[in-house]
Amino acid sequence: MKTLVYIDHFKGEVQPASWEALGLGKSLGSVSAVVFGVNVDAIAKAAFEHGADEVFVANDPSLEDYRAEPYASTLSALASSSTPDLILFPTTARTRELAAMSAVDLSTGVLTDITGLEKNGDSLIATRPIYEGKVMEKSICSGKPVMATIRPRAFPKPEPDSSKSGTATKVEVKSDALTTVEGYAQSESAVNLGDAGVIVSGGRGVSNNPSLVPPAGMDEKEAEIWRAHQGFTLIGELANVLNGAVGASRAAVDGGYIPYSHQVGQTGKVVTPDLYIACGISGAIQHLVGMRNAKVIVAINKDADAPIFTQARYGVVGDLFKIVPALTTEFKKKLGK
Amino acid sequence: MKIIACIKQVPDSEAKVRADNGQVTWGEAPLVINPFDEYAVEGALQQKEANDGSTVTALCIGPESAKDALKHALAMGADEAILVSDPALNELDTVGAARVLASAIQKIGGVYMVVFGRQTLDNGAGITPAQTARVLGWGMLGLAGQIKVQDGSVHVERVIEEGRQNVSAKLPVVVSVVQSIGEPRYPSFMGIRKASKANIPTWTLSDLGIDAPATIIKRAELANPPERKTAVEIITGDTPEAIAETLVEKILAEKVL
Ligand SMILES: Cc1cc2nc3c(=O)[nH]c(=O)nc-3n(C[C@H](O)[C@H](O)[C@H](O)COP(=O)(O)OP(=O)(O)OC[C@H]3O[C@@H](n4cnc5c(N)ncnc54)[C@H](O)[C@@H]3O)c2cc1C
Repeated sequence: MKTLVYIDHFKGEVQPASWEALGLGKSLGSVSAVVFGVNVDAIAKAAFEHGADEVFVANDPSLEDYRAEPYASTLSALASSSTPDLILFPTTARTRELAAMSAVDLSTGVLTDITGLEKNGDSLIATRPIYEGKVMEKSICSGKPVMATIRPRAFPKPEPDSSKSGTATKVEVKSDALTTVEGYAQSESAVNLGDAGVIVSGGRGVSNNPSLVPPAGMDEKEAEIWRAHQGFTLIGELANVLNGAVGASRAAVDGGYIPYSHQVGQTGKVVTPDLYIACGISGAIQHLVGMRNAKVIVAINKDADAPIFTQARYGVVGDLFKIVPALTTEFKKKLGK
Repeated sequence: MKIIACIKQVPDSEAKVRADNGQVTWGEAPLVINPFDEYAVEGALQQKEANDGSTVTALCIGPESAKDALKHALAMGADEAILVSDPALNELDTVGAARVLASAIQKIGGVYMVVFGRQTLDNGAGITPAQTARVLGWGMLGLAGQIKVQDGSVHVERVIEEGRQNVSAKLPVVVSVVQSIGEPRYPSFMGIRKASKANIPTWTLSDLGIDAPATIIKRAELANPPERKTAVEIITGDTPEAIAETLVEKILAEKVL
């Protein structure tokens, strides 16, 4: 089996699941990697170190910012000439689009966000969650190449071997862009929840510390947000000690406590960390579908009847403003930080 | 400006969805407009309001019952609705859906903007918007949190993992929206009345002048995810510090850090 893996990166920062895709490709046979952008030599080198037998590079100013059309056209042309059996992508906002468009060009199909892939004779069977993970579907793509985006952290990451190297092959670039990137604003706290091994999340409860006295002159809404920021500061400190990311419920996002990019759940991100700590989150079904596949779930909530406790491995019935700082202190001590 | 909002009908997110004998079942749970598509309708209505002389058409592929989802869009304020329904579309995959939608959009004619939700609740792939754009040969502005039309171009603020990106394209375009677009408006009383009386045309494949697209992705098997057998262990103690000490020990013993 011949696999081509698309290495997704944002301004040179590689999505770690790209390497997981390389590892998966390698386990099925020979694997090539493809990298788009400018000054991507370091990424090409890393692709060799992570096991690529061959690396294709499209190094061109027209590909500096990700744009769906030229990326898709360039990828489709490469796939037509190098004839892989399978093209793998890490699942990101970009690759869903890119794979979707290339699949149209190549008259094939794309399986998104897969969590398993098995060889069955000549065909590949992919497993993917549907209905928000309530059901697992196994599907077969009869087109060629088979295209799939893999869910981050669903497949093992290969250990890089710095002794491996190679010479990248240049790829012809198509620059048929229909869209223009005009600017970019990093969110106040860029997060990549999909790749996080530990997530500490806050819900509406983070704004609920009556003993905090907001500065004078704030109206009720401003005071609520101010309180919530104090609450998320505590959550951020715990996440920091654990090298984790900060997540949030939709109520916290809608309340203006924290940007949407932090939202976990049905209309936010689906995450699969090893450890998920939910603080002041009730555990509505739309939140649960986003995090219930975490290995270990810890819930901190004042309300002993909160549904979050039905999913949690460990629970604390109590005030997050007291428990979270105590946890931070204790972890610091135990982890020697 | 003619604007299309593409919608789908799905089981309610509270539904107890299960795999049963190779079928997906959801008991008596109601079918509703895909929640992400309510944002699409909202985004389309905002553009209608911002651009004089615009109309919004809700478009859906599905069985006859999907007219209820279209009626929801009408009740929110869409001007008209069209259902594409054909028994030959029972095994439609996403590329197929994109081809059928693109044909319907071309048949409607004079369309400047097609708005999708981010993804469906059932299949969840989130790729139909981009595939429809590709089939049409139009620009794709994905995951928009804000949309603005100016001088024949559409400017959006795209919400991606790394932050917010400002991207533009010339009309006509396909846009997919995320929830930052704004809370979907409630159906108005007048809207509900109008929707209940609306005559929703149904187009078949022959009305579109196309054959059923070949199914490239086929379902081989369905399974229920393994039951999570966790009984929660409630950690207690006299002080927050005592609770933290016990909890941290338990977490460290799980070897997840
Ligand atoms: C279509 C749709 C999509 C949705 N998508 C999402 C989604 O993606 N993600 C999501 O999260 N939700 C989503 N929701 C919303 C969801 O239904 C809930 O409203 C939301 O998850 C509630 O957030 P919460 O738990 O933070 O708030 P609440 O339900 O208000 O819970 C707050 C909790 O904090 C506890 N608390 C309060 N003070 C303290 C304290 N001092 N210490 C400890 N605990 C305290 C309370 O006991 C309570 O349990 C969606 C809803 C719909 C209809």
